Amino acid sequence: MKNILEYLERTEKKFGDKIAIADDADALTFSALTDQAKRIGTRVGRLGMKNEPVAVLMDKTPKCAAAFLGVVYSGNFYVVIDSFMPVDRINKIFETLQPKGLITDSKYEEKAKELVFSGETILMEEALQTEADMQMLDQIRKRSIDADPLYALFTSGSTGMPKGTVISHRAVIAYSEWVENTFAIDEHTVFGSQTPFYFSMSVTDFYSMLRTGARLQIIPKQLFSFPMQLIEYMNRYRVNTIYWVPSALGLVANWKALDYASLEFVNKILFAGEVMPVRHLNYWRKKMPDAFYANLFGPTETTDICTYYVVDREFADEDSLPIGNACSNCDVLVLTEEGREAKPGEEGELCVRGSFLAEGYYSNPEKTAEVFTQNPLNSAYPERIYRTGDLVKYNDRGELIYISRKDFQIKHMGYRIELGEIEASAWGVEKIKNCACIFDEAEDKIIFIYEGRVKKNELMAVMWKKIPTYMQPNELIRVKSMPYNANGKIDRAYLKKNYKTYL
Amino acid sequence: MEKIIEILEELKPGVDFAKEEHLIDDHILESMMMVQLVAALNDEFDIEITPRDIVPENFQSAKAINEMVERLLEDE
Repeated sequence: MKNILEYLERTEKKFGDKIAIADDADALTFSALTDQAKRIGTRVGRLGMKNEPVAVLMDKTPKCAAAFLGVVYSGNFYVVIDSFMPVDRINKIFETLQPKGLITDSKYEEKAKELVFSGETILMEEALQTEADMQMLDQIRKRSIDADPLYALFTSGSTGMPKGTVISHRAVIAYSEWVENTFAIDEHTVFGSQTPFYFSMSVTDFYSMLRTGARLQIIPKQLFSFPMQLIEYMNRYRVNTIYWVPSALGLVANWKALDYASLEFVNKILFAGEVMPVRHLNYWRKKMPDAFYANLFGPTETTDICTYYVVDREFADEDSLPIGNACSNCDVLVLTEEGREAKPGEEGELCVRGSFLAEGYYSNPEKTAEVFTQNPLNSAYPERIYRTGDLVKYNDRGELIYISRKDFQIKHMGYRIELGEIEASAWGVEKIKNCACIFDEAEDKIIFIYEGRVKKNELMAVMWKKIPTYMQPNELIRVKSMPYNANGKIDRAYLKKNYKTYL
Repeated sequence: MEKIIEILEELKPGVDFAKEEHLIDDHILESMMMVQLVAALNDEFDIEITPRDIVPENFQSAKAINEMVERLLEDE
């Protein structure tokens, strides 16, 4: 096993006529998916390059999945671009990425023209007309190794420059093996897919589907506003497994939607991406006591997940859920500031070793070296660990408990956000004198505080062109003057405690 | 109606809610805002909007929201 396309081809042989991926408008069987991917792979392959980034700018559709796999057939790696992302931010990603190709469809053809890069733009509709050249694709495959990059995902960076995490075939092979075995995913599984393709969580459903012949049913985003329609949709497609961010599960709980209709087929409920409020979990467990629940934890840099906890006991609403223990074929270390292993109950940074690890950040050796480091417990040979920046500790049961982020990076609605990037987006407004962004964990709110004679509307008009919706602050507060600490820096700790006094 | 527009503006400043007629189709109101909006409406008008009322038709415009609120007030 060295290339994830072996999963696709193996599954196609077994389940060719079975639907692989579908949304409300379109459905692709494993045969159709393979056929489309080979056509696209041939078209991209004619550019004659290897292990280069090819960006994909499309909505989350079955065809978008064919585009990813097409890039893989061409011997290159795909980079998922959020189709709703402002042009400015895509261009920032492209500054780092310098993509050698871009796949898009007629819907985003105009937007693609505003993007600055030197590679070729390939239109999906045209690529699908290409005749598959099996001889070329076989040649490309012969030379592939499992350390080749498979995709890169861009996340928020502190200087306003997004970072592209590069994931190899090997990482996804190791990771998806754990997923399949741990959660008993097979051809009867129907995933109700909630997370966007540019988010690492989608890797779990997507590659489980390729491996096992499961079905990926894309849930239209809009349905998360309309609980009854959401439930009806999931019942219609017999969704039995969900892997959602806690906010999505929380929506259903907040609406008390399961009081009005039931999810007839769902029996596995997995979640990750942010802290799961136990109050919401308890609502689900009360309504669906026989379902299997698991809390998964990890960053994009460990493919998606490094530890997990299968919910095996009752929790009170005010308790927090453990993040459990390391996945199979993955190991975690809890390291103190001094670089030794933390004792039980002692806080330390969660560090990960093993095949789930990313290769690093694309064209960013400095950031890579900061967090992918030598294992300090091993001085005998080179051994990489990834430092997550998450503070954790072991409880009495030997389960890991999440405490907080080490730095300013936050998790909001499942997204990893550097508050610094939100601040950076406001600095383009001339009249802004000073600003600080803080995160109120208790209320899950991003608060943006600024100084300067600027109306909130003017400010938002500028900021919203630069940052995606999920990074937009929930509150904008204008102050006459910023509080400063002894070092002359904006006193963020003070703001965080007292921002409500400015309201 | 005015009160509804006020609530909407508080949730998402910078949108002309008196004019917009496709708040859902144009992705102006997203899922997290819907939760806040429904909570605010329940609170302001002392009504109970249930999942059965939460359908796109009732939320495409300030006018549609107003009609739903009035209907729920009458039912009480």
